[in-house]
Amino acid sequence: MNDIHIQQDAEDAHDNAYAGLLSNDAHWAFGTDFEDPLAGVDTTIPDGLDAAELAQYCLMLGDDALVYAHRLSEWTSRAPDLEEDIAIANLALDLVGQARLLLARAAAADSSIVPVLPEGSPVPDEDRLAFFREAGDFRNVRLAETPNGDFAELVTRLLVLSTWRLAIFERLVGHPDAVVSAIAAKGVKELAYHRDFAGRWFVTLAGGTSESRRRLTDAMRAVWPLIPELGEGTDTERTVGVDPAAVALEVGVVLDQVLAVGGMTAPDVPGLARVRGRAGRQGMHSEALSRMLAEMQVVARAHPRGRW
Amino acid sequence: MQVDEAPLEKAFDATIGAGDRIEPRDWMPEKYRQTLIRQVAQHAHSEIIGMQPEGNWITRAPSLRRKAVLLAKVQDEAGHGLYLYSATETLGVSRDELTRRLIEGKQKYSSIFNYPTLTYADVGSIGWLVDGAAICNQVPLCRTSYGPYGRAMIRICKEESFHQRQGYELLMTMMRGTDEQRAMVQESVNRFWWPALMMFGPPDGDSPNTAQSMEWGIKRHTNDELRQRFVDMSVPQAEALGVTFPDPELQWNEERGSYDFGEPDWDEFWQVVKGNGPCNTQRIAHRKAAYDDGAWVREAALAFAAKARADEND
Ligand SMILES: [Fe+2]
Ligand SMILES: [Fe+2]
Repeated sequence: MNDIHIQQDAEDAHDNAYAGLLSNDAHWAFGTDFEDPLAGVDTTIPDGLDAAELAQYCLMLGDDALVYAHRLSEWTSRAPDLEEDIAIANLALDLVGQARLLLARAAAADSSIVPVLPEGSPVPDEDRLAFFREAGDFRNVRLAETPNGDFAELVTRLLVLSTWRLAIFERLVGHPDAVVSAIAAKGVKELAYHRDFAGRWFVTLAGGTSESRRRLTDAMRAVWPLIPELGEGTDTERTVGVDPAAVALEVGVVLDQVLAVGGMTAPDVPGLARVRGRAGRQGMHSEALSRMLAEMQVVARAHPRGRW
Repeated sequence: MQVDEAPLEKAFDATIGAGDRIEPRDWMPEKYRQTLIRQVAQHAHSEIIGMQPEGNWITRAPSLRRKAVLLAKVQDEAGHGLYLYSATETLGVSRDELTRRLIEGKQKYSSIFNYPTLTYADVGSIGWLVDGAAICNQVPLCRTSYGPYGRAMIRICKEESFHQRQGYELLMTMMRGTDEQRAMVQESVNRFWWPALMMFGPPDGDSPNTAQSMEWGIKRHTNDELRQRFVDMSVPQAEALGVTFPDPELQWNEERGSYDFGEPDWDEFWQVVKGNGPCNTQRIAHRKAAYDDGAWVREAALAFAAKARADEND
């Protein structure tokens, strides 16, 4: 699951005992050897695809992954038990991996979106996009950035986000851009696991104790108002990606099934209002995002010429 | 019925003497069992509490690659805790019981984790020096006399060596960065050097349990032997990195074929061991909060499993 993108740049090959340090070491506890999902993939943008639009689209999907991975990573050392701690770290690792590939793809498709750093800065594009953009330039949906609640909230939000992202990624496997297609093919396997993890815990909490059921009910009331935004696509998504409206039905069916197994009913709550028509995809976020970014970006921003 | 333990004890001693492993179903002296539980539990707790100081920097990791590496590392530590708690279960104590003993302050964990992580370079210093010291302590334990512990240690040591190298590699990369980054590395190494030396425990003269533990094959080298080995290993690594250790007495001793080095502040060591370290309260409070906050989830999972079993039996 946690394929760590471990590279070793040529200049790294200093001649000491640690030379060759991180070249594909298989010593991870739960990892596997890294297989570069983009190895041999043609990175030229196919005819008929607008490069700037493709970059915006990759930002949307990349930011969803990056921002939600941050929330998941906040659970580290705080999960209900060790098994869940390990599983949640895996979810975060998968999403960080997806974010890296998507942000790198966005930068390669349209270099004008990449923040400019001082001359000679070695910071790679994926990190410039992650650490040097302002909140208003992030394109993630608001559900990805909401501050963490309890474990029922994690399960409910993960169920919704992974079901929805999986439906989109399944369609993106056939995308004309070979890079997006390869990212999707790898992501589908990961997201299927995420949805399965969430679904099993959803049913467990629904059928567990009155306390767990009460908490799950509360979590659904918190998450549900943010679902409509997921289905309201932008022109970018419709022209170069997957129109989320086209998967809304399928997502609804899956969620209904999980709810039915757990004997839960979807809360009857209205969708969260937009601000003059704008929501996350248009850079209109909740207060939580800038606070999250202040934390996420603090070290990178202090060292715009830094090497990590 | 009074069982005559003398022949059992003789067989046990013979197994240990031959360097063979004791397995869960073998007879063992009660004191051996208790010593093992204490040692393995303390080790397991160290893995779990050890997630916190580095976990402190996951959300602030300065590159996505480093974020992934750090997440995976902290996740590995959870896995180590899991294997070790499984080993204690073979000695008849549950993970739940041990977690309660930890939270109630009845069992300890490695004191190094009671020091704060103050900069991102600390992620590197911990990997290099703390995981490095842990490896020196733990590699001999792969041959420890208790089977499940030894086997867990083999797995753990493999991963610890990766942890050490990723930490060293982070510092090496930072040293090739800006002046501020180099200063950050040196400052971090200055803070972690002495606590890392303390990880080998008090000087041999002040370590009352060592002799018995060595006789039983639970421990295989004295604290001072391991500390010396660690210093000898670390000095050339520091030179390759371009940092110094904050010890004016550190010097090659031709006669001994080893480095001489200064005395850690044992008063500070005992303060931290006795609970007065910079982060003791914080670490336990964090672990307790996670344990308490998760109680309803663990109860729900048990209730759900019980219902599923009842349905099957209908
Ligand atoms: Fe470990
Ligand atoms: Fe480690």
